[in-house]
Amino acid sequence: MTTARHTRPPALLYAVLIVVSAFAALPFVWMVLSSLKPLAEIFGQGFWPQHASLDNYRALFAQTPALRALGNSVLIAVLSTAGSLLFCALGGYGFAKFDFPGRNALFGVMLVSMTIPFVVGLIPTFILMRNTFHWIDTPWPLIVPGLANAFGVFFMRQYLSTVPDELLDAARIDGASEPTIFVRVVVPISTPALASLGIIFFMAAWNNYLWPNIVLRNPDAQTLPVLIASLQGSAGRTPYDLMMAGAVVSVIPMLIVFLALQRYFYSGITAGAVKG
Amino acid sequence: MTRPLDLAGPSAQRLPRPAPWRKHVWPLLCIAPFFVLFLVFGVYPVVFSLILSFQDWNGAPGQQQWVGLRNYAELSGDRYFWSSLLNSALIFVLHYPVMTLGGLILAVILNENRLRFQGLWRALIFLPHLTSMVAAGITFRLLLEKDSGLVNRALGSLGLPAVPWLDNEWWARVAVGLLLVWAWTGYQMVIFLSALQTIPSEVNEAAVIDGATRTQLFWKVTVPLMRPALIFVTTLSVIGTFALYTEPQVLTAGGPIHSTTTPTMEIYARAFGNVRYGYGAALSYVYFAVVVVATAVQLRLTREEKR
Repeated sequence: MTTARHTRPPALLYAVLIVVSAFAALPFVWMVLSSLKPLAEIFGQGFWPQHASLDNYRALFAQTPALRALGNSVLIAVLSTAGSLLFCALGGYGFAKFDFPGRNALFGVMLVSMTIPFVVGLIPTFILMRNTFHWIDTPWPLIVPGLANAFGVFFMRQYLSTVPDELLDAARIDGASEPTIFVRVVVPISTPALASLGIIFFMAAWNNYLWPNIVLRNPDAQTLPVLIASLQGSAGRTPYDLMMAGAVVSVIPMLIVFLALQRYFYSGITAGAVKG
Repeated sequence: MTRPLDLAGPSAQRLPRPAPWRKHVWPLLCIAPFFVLFLVFGVYPVVFSLILSFQDWNGAPGQQQWVGLRNYAELSGDRYFWSSLLNSALIFVLHYPVMTLGGLILAVILNENRLRFQGLWRALIFLPHLTSMVAAGITFRLLLEKDSGLVNRALGSLGLPAVPWLDNEWWARVAVGLLLVWAWTGYQMVIFLSALQTIPSEVNEAAVIDGATRTQLFWKVTVPLMRPALIFVTTLSVIGTFALYTEPQVLTAGGPIHSTTTPTMEIYARAFGNVRYGYGAALSYVYFAVVVVATAVQLRLTREEKR
């Protein structure tokens, strides 16, 4: 089928894309190149490293608890993602496939809760973590509150509403218990939705800074972004050489997750955006 | 207990009896984890925060003091808090149009069927959004450095004067805006791209047959059809810009002269720096009210555009 399209040469479009991609990638490339330079050269005139080496990375891991911080970041991101996914799948399933008294009211409450900014409850949440749970300098403040993720429950409800009831009834006729149905039927058919949601959660946990900066004071408990930021202004001089290496280290896991799961990424972030 | 008589035949016997736990208890168990956590970490802090805003408290047990509206009275004359709201509004105005129009244009370009390497372009432009804002903030700080930064050196080689990115109040806001444009344009593009793919190609073809130019097609057809996506990203940007913390904290530390301090930074400073939990809570409630009003105004404006 031929379509009536403008036949402006796409060369212009490629030019625009090349310029924009360069703008997007340049800080990135410069960050990686700088992480290979000695400190004096980072402030020097050249773009390419004159004496490229991995010394900054060695120094980062030798002089700071970066390895520990990397481990903390992985632990927190993985546990919070897994836990949130479980509770979002359960909640979404409950709302999508059952009719129980108070369902619509509870669902409404949950939707409204999404509009409350994080900072409004920030101070009491901190006090709760410190005085009641004694969770300062532990991973728990970064994992537990996020398990109540209204957007995630909403997202899973939308997805599971499209799953035919017959599928679940068939399992019931075969004598499966409700928990079995959840684990053996609901979770497997939710895999694409859980994947896109999981990436969103992982990215949010991985790059989070404000809240971990408040509840993680001890260097051994810190996540990678908190540790890197804390190097700024530490001990008089700012070790930009170590910070650039840390910045690169902090980006690599996200890049790997993204490259492996690109298509889920896009479908996750566009959820709810198109049908306003 | 006697088993009920099997009257309906062998197949019906296998149907599950309508046990109440399947119908009522199980679904409540499904949603219970969310609501229990929501009560503890959502409802309780928000209510506690409101009560706290009428108190003075340095966090020591038993030291709370009821002060009525004193925190709110003090806040009404708090120049730094109000200027932090203004800073957010200015940063929004500086970056939102560039980011949104840029994202929309890029989405229209990438929606072009004849284009090659679609996935590559999309990934490259989306790449900044993956970066942690701590890493990006440090990188931009060095890139925008007045004397040795790459950006000013590039401007210099074009014969342009050096820009005091981080040393001047207005340029510092532009610098934060620049970082936001870098981090979010790719995100906007992906949203618009998925919205564009729901527009039937006949719509564009009809407009072209009617003699619309490419520019007319963009403003008269594409933009109006993008309304739901535009409202979505605008709402998110309004809320997100007022909630900014990491970007200005790492890039400019709120300076110079408080020009890039945001409400969240101000609340953080009062609550955890000065250890005034009650005053911080009052600030957070006023901040909340301002964001609600700003969002309502924005939704009102975008609705009226339709008529």
